[in-house]
This record gives sequence, structure tokens and C-alpha cells, in this order.
Amino acid sequence: MKFSVTVTLKKDVLDPQGKVVQNTLINLGMNDLKNIRQGKFFEIEIDEKDEPSAKNKIDQMCKKLLVNLIIEDYKINKVS
Amino acid sequence: MKSSVIVFPGSNCDRDIASALEKMQFKNRMVWHKETSLPKSDLIVIPGGFSYGDYLRSGAIAGKSLIVEEVVKAANSGCLLLGICNGFQILTETGLLKGTLLRNKNLKFINRNVHIKVLNNKTKFSSKYESNQILKMNIAHNEGNYFTSKEHLDELKKNNLIAFKYCDSAGDVTDQSNPNGSIENIAGIYNDKKNILGMMPHPERMVDKMISNTDGVNLFSSLLN
Repeated sequence: MKFSVTVTLKKDVLDPQGKVVQNTLINLGMNDLKNIRQGKFFEIEIDEKDEPSAKNKIDQMCKKLLVNLIIEDYKINKVS
Repeated sequence: MKSSVIVFPGSNCDRDIASALEKMQFKNRMVWHKETSLPKSDLIVIPGGFSYGDYLRSGAIAGKSLIVEEVVKAANSGCLLLGICNGFQILTETGLLKGTLLRNKNLKFINRNVHIKVLNNKTKFSSKYESNQILKMNIAHNEGNYFTSKEHLDELKKNNLIAFKYCDSAGDVTDQSNPNGSIENIAGIYNDKKNILGMMPHPERMVDKMISNTDGVNLFSSLLN
């Protein structure tokens, strides 16, 4: 089973990289751009047939290593 | 006094701290991260550098290594633990120190000497300093922007757990003297029991007049007491 995990900075955490990307795009003429937040993306394949159990394992991976819960939020999606 | 310096792939201040400790008469041992037990130590130091190339997040991979499990056990039973720069980042990743270190606000790697103020001189790490003493120390980091929850920040202030704050040469804590955007200019913090200190500035670089100054000496001499 394949999952994707998207990690984003929490709302109240400053994202200077996102800001620089945003300003650069505005400089390139994308004037209707409202806001950009930069994040991380993981694609994870897991040897598990049962979906809830697989999702649970991915959740553990996020909590144990992939995500810093103090500053980041994450979303798990099933890909295939 | 026996000290151990933990070495990860990518640590690069390990020999500096070892040399500072030896100069201060510590009996030091280097401990490679793959070792599964720690030599008997009164002080453990996690040095600066770029452990595991800062992959994922600074300190994230080192924070899960085998030797760090032993470091956590030792610290929880009262051993003194000092994390400098990447060492501080690793300590936040283990949860021994709360909060985290974000990318510097100006997105630049900062390597320069800054002033910091000693906020609490009643700990095992700081007793040889004067209260509010101003020190000049080197910082060299990309992720030194300390961030924590409001609740924890209140806790830090209430329990006098802020070790150092960035300030100007006169000792004023201002936005201009904040090099990296750290919340309330925080440069170093203690845990609740004050046996763990995490700091971004490098005291081990300030132990020799020939190459810098001696503002870091009293941190080590405090520990010897």
C-alpha cells in the first residue's frame, strides 16, 4: 500500500522560506497570489494489506520521526 | 570530573569541546554514536556540527540514535548534560528540552560574535558568572531561532530557566541585538531540574585569549565546582 504524507508548518509559526518564495512569485508578476506556505512531502510504501492498520503505522512514523509536532501539522493520504 | 563528548557523523565541534574540556582539567572521553553504553560521566556534551547533514530537520536523526537513548537515561537520573548548537537542536528533538530551533529569521547562516547576558547564575553551569554578566560569544548556525509554546515560555520565565539572552554590548535585550529571531532573544535554556543546558552560542570557542576571548571559561569552571 502506498501513502503520501504532507507536512506543513502550523499556522502561527513563521515561514520565512515561504515568504521569500511568495515575494519572488509576486515579483514575477503573479499579482493575485495571496499566500504561500512551504512544506514537506513523503511518499511511503508499506507492506500491509489492511488499510486502517497501515494508516496507523504511517501515523506512528509521523509522530516518531517525520514530524516535529511542536511546529508542524501533517496529513496522510492513501495513494494506492 | 569525567566528561563524555558524543560524536555523530557530521559533528564538527567535537574536538574543540574536547580540547576546551581537557584544558579545564576534565578527564574526557569521545563516544561514537554507535556505542551502546556510556562511560561513567559527570558531564555529557553533545557538540555542534551538522549531524547527519541536517537531513529531515537539524538534529532529528541524531536524536533517535542508540547512544542518545543512553544519554536520555543518564540525564533523567541527574547527570549534567550540555548541548551546544547542533547539540541543542538534538536535545530538543529528544524532548529533553522543550521547544525547537527554527530556521534563522533572515534565512542566512550566521557566523559572528554576539553578546549574550547571563540570566541565571545560580546553576551548576553558571555559578562562576556574575548575575546579568555580558559575554561575547561566537554563534555559527542556520537554525538557531528558538521557538516554543506560550505556556512553556511562561514556565521558563517563572522558573528562571532561561540561561542566556542575546543582547547588545551594553546588555540591553533588543530586537536589533537578536541575531536569528529567537522568541524573547533566548540563546539558551535549562530543563526543569537545571541539569540540562542547551545553548546556540559556542562557549568552547571562547577559552583562549590567543584566538578569541575567555568568556566561555567560567561555564566550564562552574561545572568543576
